[in-house]
Amino acid sequence: MSFLEFVEGPLFLFAAGVFVLASLWRFVGIIRIGRKKDISPPKGSAAGGFIAGNFRHFFPRGIFARRTWLHIVGGYGFHLGLLALVVLGAPHVAFLEDRLFGFGWTPLPRWGFILVADVAFAGLIVLWVRRISDPVMRLISSRADHIGSILIFLVMLTGAFAMQESHDLLRAIHMLMVDIFLIYFPFSRLFHGFTFVLSRGNTGATYGRKGMNL
Amino acid sequence: MSEQNKAENRAEIAVAKFLEHTDAEAASFFDACVHCGECAQACHFYLNTGDPKYTPTYKLKPMERAYERHKAPFSTLKRMLGLTPSEVTEQELLEWEPLVYDSCNMCGRCTLVCPMGIDIAGTIRKMREGYAAADMVPEGLKRSAEFVRKTSSPMGVTIKALKAQIAHQEKDTGIPIEIDKHGADYMAIFSSMEIMGYPEVLGAYAKLFKKAGLSWTISSVAYEATNVGVQIGSAPMAKEILQRVVDAAEALEVKHVISPECGHAYGAIRWAGPNLMGRQFKFEVVHIIEVLDRLRREGRIPAGPKDGRRMTLHDPCQIIRRGGLLKEPRSLLDDSCSDFIEMKGSGITNFCCGGGGGVSANPRAEDLKLAAFNSKAAQLDAIEGLEAVVVPCANCRTVFEDGLDDQEMDLEVIGLSELVAQTLADT
Ligand code: SF4
Ligand code: SF4
Repeated sequence: MSFLEFVEGPLFLFAAGVFVLASLWRFVGIIRIGRKKDISPPKGSAAGGFIAGNFRHFFPRGIFARRTWLHIVGGYGFHLGLLALVVLGAPHVAFLEDRLFGFGWTPLPRWGFILVADVAFAGLIVLWVRRISDPVMRLISSRADHIGSILIFLVMLTGAFAMQESHDLLRAIHMLMVDIFLIYFPFSRLFHGFTFVLSRGNTGATYGRKGMNL
Repeated sequence: MSEQNKAENRAEIAVAKFLEHTDAEAASFFDACVHCGECAQACHFYLNTGDPKYTPTYKLKPMERAYERHKAPFSTLKRMLGLTPSEVTEQELLEWEPLVYDSCNMCGRCTLVCPMGIDIAGTIRKMREGYAAADMVPEGLKRSAEFVRKTSSPMGVTIKALKAQIAHQEKDTGIPIEIDKHGADYMAIFSSMEIMGYPEVLGAYAKLFKKAGLSWTISSVAYEATNVGVQIGSAPMAKEILQRVVDAAEALEVKHVISPECGHAYGAIRWAGPNLMGRQFKFEVVHIIEVLDRLRREGRIPAGPKDGRRMTLHDPCQIIRRGGLLKEPRSLLDDSCSDFIEMKGSGITNFCCGGGGGVSANPRAEDLKLAAFNSKAAQLDAIEGLEAVVVPCANCRTVFEDGLDDQEMDLEVIGLSELVAQTLADT
């Protein structure tokens, strides 16, 4: 078995397994901590608020835009770019069809792939430069935040090298980074990719009971 | 007990309480925070000092660390591998104490900007449980608690003092106010600040309720609405304070208890109250603004000539953003003044006055409170020709008076009930 076959085969399946099981464990673990039932007479729906809160926080409020625009641009650029890269990049679609789902979908054209990759890179760099330069972010950032940023950067960088599909080793290194990323994800700050649903939802539910949409 | 043991105990007590109060909601916040720092851009303590330590999420650090070390999923595994943060020490807790008490009004503005929707205010409330249990509470708040134990009022207002204020208002309005009236529909409670600083509010209630034909009373044993237990962060104390009101209201068999123009008092009885008591009340809790809005819509307190001064409204955080009463004060003001103008960023995104969450009862935080008021002053300053500001919270009102004085701004500060009473139709 070649190194490429190993990182795309058994190691990938192991990493994906860890990703799914550990993510489930952590997600359910948070919910299982439990919460006292709120018995104050409600004015609105907590369940409705849970959903509304999730949508509400997707959209930044205009009043804060002037002070937070850099983060909004960086954050949206990085996250949307990354999502498009992973889900619509031609090599990814082919890989997911071949290894996981057995079916595929229309990928982005090559120029589109390069464009979203550039957007994602630019977004990530903006966020990371802010993390190391802005006094507020420097104070509150932990080692885990930097590790997460560096890891995702390496995954994307090795992906860019592998894009030329000129050498198996480049593809293998990219896959190795992806495997490491999948294993690291559920134990790290990167897990906010799932917990945001709970945090926004919990706040939304509290305010929903009060008849507010915050 | 040696000094070191005592220190360990205080830290242990606080951490145990942090963990007890880290429910699934708080855990989701700790696990979702991406340390992006956006919340700083909404917090008036950071905005007016520029000091990163006032970043909202940073204020939660000790509690977050305790969670990561002891309660988070995988914490056991990570602890074995030496990957969890170290134990929270008393030294750190003491270092954070001013951040937790002096620099957070529990106003909830930072939640609006947070991409994760994290409720910093609610989590600070839970964190204060740890501080209160470990007896790491600012002196000013301790003093208020002491007064409450003795007199039920954080300012030491006795029933004798209340009766004297009632007598004055009865004389001024010519309307009697009945105390301990069994079977009244409504029982009103007040904040000490209203009773001593703005007693006209008693006369305003009398005038408005007489007009509406509403049966109401004041209890001689439970007239205080503020709850220092909620500000300090002690559920047992908050429950004890609330118990007096609940017992009195149920003994008088009133149908409603009216929460006054005081932000935290409303949250304490309306939203936290039943949860603190562990049961639903036999009466409905209504805010005075809700009562007046209902009476107005039913045509029982018709509006007369409007106040012509240029006025704006301050939205007290615990009544508006965290209380859910956004439209009611505005609809009352529409009827009461002819030149009403909203502040920029009013309503849900409004700035706190800087004195909420126990900050105004904490003299140590005085300078910080006045610095935070700058955001409010800027909102007011931006309105040309402003003559008065309606502030439907007695605590905010005192902060406004201090803040305006400090900024040398000449502006009248007025309560909403008083304004509605002043602009009531004569017929
Ligand atoms: S804005 Fe929200 S996610 Fe960002 S640092 Fe503040 S609390 Fe954390
Ligand atoms: S709740 Fe208000 S005072 Fe407290 S950190 Fe958030 S914005 Fe600042």
